[in-house]
Amino acid sequence: MRVVAAMSGGVDSSVAAARMIEAGHEVVGVHLALARKPESSRQGSRGCCTLDDARDARRVADMLGIPFYVWDFAERFAEDVIEDFYAEYEAGRTPNPCLRCNERIKFAAVLDRAVALGFDAVATGHYARRVDGPHGAELHRAIDPAKDQSYVLGVLEQWQLERSLFPLGDDMKGDIRAEAERLGLLTANKPDSHDICFIPDGNTAAFLSRRLGDLPGDIVDAESGEVLGVHTGTYAFTIGQRRGLGLGNPGGGGEPRYVVDVDIDTRRVMVGAPERLDVIGIEAIKPTWANLPLAPEPVAVMAQVRAHAIPVPASAHFDGARIHVELLQPIRGLASGQAVVLYDGDRVIGSGTVDRTHKRP
Amino acid sequence: MLDQAREAWVENSRMLGNPSSLHASGREARRVIEESRESIAADLGVRPSAVIFTSGGTEADNLAIKGLFWKRREVIAGAPVIIASPIEHHAVLDPLTWLAEHEGAVISWLPIDAVGRVSAADVEAAIAAADGRAALVTVMWANNEIGTVQPVHEIAAVCRAAGVPFHTDAVQALGVLPLTLTGIDAVTITGHKVGGPFGVGALIAETNLGLVPVLHGGGQEREVRSGTLDAPGIAAFAVAVHHAVTQQSAHEARLRKLRDRMISGVASAVPSAVLNGDRADRLAGNAHFSFPGCEGDALLMLLDAAGIDVSTGSACSAGIPEPSHVLLAMGVDEPTARGSLRFSLGRTSSEGDVEALLAALPGAVERASRAGTAARR
Repeated sequence: MRVVAAMSGGVDSSVAAARMIEAGHEVVGVHLALARKPESSRQGSRGCCTLDDARDARRVADMLGIPFYVWDFAERFAEDVIEDFYAEYEAGRTPNPCLRCNERIKFAAVLDRAVALGFDAVATGHYARRVDGPHGAELHRAIDPAKDQSYVLGVLEQWQLERSLFPLGDDMKGDIRAEAERLGLLTANKPDSHDICFIPDGNTAAFLSRRLGDLPGDIVDAESGEVLGVHTGTYAFTIGQRRGLGLGNPGGGGEPRYVVDVDIDTRRVMVGAPERLDVIGIEAIKPTWANLPLAPEPVAVMAQVRAHAIPVPASAHFDGARIHVELLQPIRGLASGQAVVLYDGDRVIGSGTVDRTHKRP
Repeated sequence: MLDQAREAWVENSRMLGNPSSLHASGREARRVIEESRESIAADLGVRPSAVIFTSGGTEADNLAIKGLFWKRREVIAGAPVIIASPIEHHAVLDPLTWLAEHEGAVISWLPIDAVGRVSAADVEAAIAAADGRAALVTVMWANNEIGTVQPVHEIAAVCRAAGVPFHTDAVQALGVLPLTLTGIDAVTITGHKVGGPFGVGALIAETNLGLVPVLHGGGQEREVRSGTLDAPGIAAFAVAVHHAVTQQSAHEARLRKLRDRMISGVASAVPSAVLNGDRADRLAGNAHFSFPGCEGDALLMLLDAAGIDVSTGSACSAGIPEPSHVLLAMGVDEPTARGSLRFSLGRTSSEGDVEALLAALPGAVERASRAGTAARR
């Protein structure tokens, strides 16, 4: 096959590219330029997206002896990921930009371009497994539970999976680093990337406030309605958040208080005891299916609501417009805008965007 | 590299001496350098003392522009003005913007016409507008992207009449156009464009210009440029320059024939292609096209896969594709600028290469236009 290896300049995508070559594919390395004016060097825990990373990716491609190009998706990324990130927070929701990038950029715009240019597939360094099932490509969890990235790929639909390759899903991260060492790749010891790539200092609230400005409001006790303090913008608060409330002394009984609700119209941030966070039901919109769609009758699934959250048992069905998830175990702290990914064992069924949550009556 | 240049390089690399040393080996190295200097001076019709060896075109451009600016600043009252074309190579543009940001220079950008040409009348007007503060004028001999040849002698005459020094980057012109340097104050040339080694070039500038040094140190080159000279590289450079000058007219004629075949071939293979620059008055080995609806990067990749090396213009160090500043300055819109490619022919190019390009191009353009919508909406 003719394969585009997406190379971020990190260890995982380096080994993924090497494995595609070993598998006998005709491989071209592509680095995605996602920022118009990238930082020249790494800061904090980032491991992609700087000029240094682009150079690392190029050097790895040289070592592997494959052609290498930089594809400029900065404009699309700014529109589809960063603008969406602002808009979602502004609307009181909590988006996951990595998921959005996979959905709109890596496995959409990049994939489209690759196919148009005559390639058969795009290979990435994600930890997940693509399995050929009776109804076409399926997405499964990676073998390494600590690195599994099936959640952020949970938005991919079948047509995207059919043209995606994840060469690392059957191995443990440690083995991938060892392989990079063995191949002599300069990226073997690069740190993993963690943060949101366009917020290098990791301070999301500061990033949002630079764009959205001050939108002051009250911090209110959900139980008593008492005003406990003020804030400079609801976008700095996510349901389930405990730190950064600036309320000084803990609540009445000395219990820690959490953000339990954010009202975008009144700009009120409600805080309360953790029990108020317990969600037992989810309604999700914008459904995507990795393979066959979810049944209209409830079926037993596992539901995951964050990249590294522990999945919980649930019963779910799809009514043709919305996904309804009844959680058999409550999830503490779930904001609208987050993605819920449903699994059948290790297999991804599909995903939806949390629109409403149901709490205990 | 040219065989003769490589032989000169290998032969002279046996030498031990540092050309700055006084002992016998040093003298031997210095003799090689001085003979090379005399050879280049003879080929270009200048005095040997006008040849200042540098590490290449970028250093020569920096020396000419900064050196002249600092010298002229001493005698200019007020903010000195540098008059330049907006389609210069980055080795000129970036020193200009640096001088503007850090040294108080005012840059007067010359207008260019639709084929990318500067007029001497506009230079004259810019000098007049600078009102006695014109420090220097810099306009390249021929543009590296679109190949347009500038009226450098007319510009030189205007500058001379006004008493303003004139620098031209002739990196692209050497060996392709006949170079008459008379009347031009400072000229940049470099080795690797004429079959010489990378990393060796020269600024041709008479001593009376009083260039202020950029690199300080041992003062090896007339106290204007410091750094131990690379005798083997310079010997090879001189051989390449001699070859370039003596073979120029035959080389130009051969390239022109190939290039014209390429231009007419592209026009019939891809009727939507638009030729940029002047049809006739351009570097013999250059053709530059816009392919509406295509991304130049996609075309580059597809042609690369077919074994054809082309270029999209200017790529920054990290390889993030930028639309060509030359095309933008000519008034081309950004999508069209992004969909443009330069096809360069040189010493080793053959009719077979041109035919291979013409065979691969229609399919590549068809594919690239399909990919064109994927990156942008």
